[in-house]
Amino acid sequence: MAAYLIRRLWQMIPTLLGVVLLVFFLFKYFGGDPAEILGGLNASPEQIQSIREQLGLNKPVWEQLWIFIQQIVTFDWGKSWATNESVASLFSSRLPATLTVMMPILILEVLVAIPLALGVAYVRGSLSDRVVMILTTVAVSISLLVYVIVGQYVFAFRLGWFPVQGWTDSFWTNLTTYAPLPVLVAVFVALSPYTRLYRTFFLDEIGQDYVRTARAKGLTEKTILLRHVLRNAMIPILTNVAVALPGVFVGSFLLEVFFSIPGLGREILLAVNRSDYPVIQAFAIYIAVITMVINLLTDVMYKLVDPRVVLK
Amino acid sequence: MSAVLSSKPQAPENGSQRSEGVWHAAWRRMRADKVGMFSMAIVGAFILLMLLAGTGLVAADWTREVAVPNAQPTFMGPTPKDATGTIAVPTGPNVDLTDIDPLAPRYKEWAERAAKFKTTDSVKADTLPFGADRLGRDVLAKAVKGAEVSILVGLLAALLATLIGTVLGAISGFFGGKIGDLLEWVYNVFTAIPGILLIFAFAVIFGRGVMSVALILGLAGWTGIYRLIRAEFLKHSVRDYVRSAEAIGASQMSRMFKHILPNVSHVALVQLSLHVVGFIKSEVILSYLGLGVGVDQVSWGTMLAEAQSELILGHWWQLVAVTAFMAVFVTAFSLFTDALRDALDPKLRGLE
Repeated sequence: MAAYLIRRLWQMIPTLLGVVLLVFFLFKYFGGDPAEILGGLNASPEQIQSIREQLGLNKPVWEQLWIFIQQIVTFDWGKSWATNESVASLFSSRLPATLTVMMPILILEVLVAIPLALGVAYVRGSLSDRVVMILTTVAVSISLLVYVIVGQYVFAFRLGWFPVQGWTDSFWTNLTTYAPLPVLVAVFVALSPYTRLYRTFFLDEIGQDYVRTARAKGLTEKTILLRHVLRNAMIPILTNVAVALPGVFVGSFLLEVFFSIPGLGREILLAVNRSDYPVIQAFAIYIAVITMVINLLTDVMYKLVDPRVVLK
Repeated sequence: MSAVLSSKPQAPENGSQRSEGVWHAAWRRMRADKVGMFSMAIVGAFILLMLLAGTGLVAADWTREVAVPNAQPTFMGPTPKDATGTIAVPTGPNVDLTDIDPLAPRYKEWAERAAKFKTTDSVKADTLPFGADRLGRDVLAKAVKGAEVSILVGLLAALLATLIGTVLGAISGFFGGKIGDLLEWVYNVFTAIPGILLIFAFAVIFGRGVMSVALILGLAGWTGIYRLIRAEFLKHSVRDYVRSAEAIGASQMSRMFKHILPNVSHVALVQLSLHVVGFIKSEVILSYLGLGVGVDQVSWGTMLAEAQSELILGHWWQLVAVTAFMAVFVTAFSLFTDALRDALDPKLRGLE
């Protein structure tokens, strides 16, 4: 296990280096000139020149890359160009809000979709199966935007069950007052694709020989579904959750924009609109690291869920 | 051999003895699929609409303000106005003020000058079948024009992603070795960054516009296709027919693109189709956020952005029109993709 972990961590280095190179060269050669963005429209050539000096843009490329790598390793990203807030504090102060909204979404959508999909898979081919499939096909084809716009309008503006938007410093107020509506909308939206996906996972398992064997030896349907099928289907489901997990850290930027939640997603969007390079670069690289770590954890989780899995 | 064949003209033609080609068989299966054919017709109608709008035959004047702002959607025409009654004309003697009115000498001069300008009253409709937006533009024309932009972006981006994914996947799967490792590394790098973040990063760099959005989505979305095509090429490159081709001296290029590619192109086609829907949804979200098409263009995303503020005022029609257009197209395209996959890959039939 230890050897496996070390080898996997070792393998991350070239990928991470690639991410760093990609982000660096993308902004270096394809993005606008940082000095002109910082200087604004009225900057004189001398001012732009001095900004270049300050940022080290006149140094050779490899030296700039070296500075960039040093920044990554020391977690010192300098300051946001737009707000002058240090990027590290930006990251740590926006993360709690994102997690407050995104974690309940992730947990709820998996918990609701699993029984729904299992039920639909069990009655495969019946009228209710077909109705659910048609409904989910149509539901998936409507843009996420429409759900958020209509959800906010109906439940917050018209019925007044929830506040339209807002956020406080208190975790409990946020969780109980401001988070429910975005969470509900997001879970509702995610339910259709998740149900469809999990249904295929369950269908794969229900068709297996061991299910027939279990039926033949007289197990109840409940035992077959909950003990045999569910456990075997957990592997693809876990994989799927793991794929979605890095997205949690980015936050659903749409929800955060709509409901004025001061999270990471909204911050990234603001940075994009302001061409705030340090913030975007830092986020891209940190999220890449988180993604790779989560992938590793998922592989370790397989081992816990299914003892047959051998980690090589 | 040929003499024997020609001596028996009553024998079935050569074509029917040959095993059915993969495309022919797929088309036969597709035609038997009623839902597939119906959805294909809808998709075809939308593509036609897109071409008509693109060439300016339909909805070319979507920017014209043809109705009063926020005109109601109805087919019945405007409700007759209630007679509000004009202000009663005062009775009694009309006092002639000409003597004391200081402006009186100039009235005639002004009337002459005003007569030099021609004013035309533009007739604005009070209602439209699909309503009007806050500037009085026809929502139907906007939705059609928006369909053109959104579908075009989706198709272009999917084409680009498929092209990148197929070419890189082919090279990686066929050559393997150092080149394969290099491309796998590139793949790992691109998948390590979450898609939306990659899209944002590209959006900062490429700016706005139809081509930019297609480029952004295509560059950020090729990895899944690469993976599948690579696996197919790995599988096929050691098969007998490819080795035979090598034995008779077919070049590497020829083996890759003339021998293997036609055998895996159905995978690419299904992926292309799957990605169109995903990219259209992404374009809608990007445009809503202001990172998508340019400000002088209309797409389903920019319409939804307008619809949000209109909804609060009770003007629901733009939202409904866009949602309906998009839902019909995306549902039809998804069903068409399913049918296409079933037809091209019968082994997968029944699985979602």
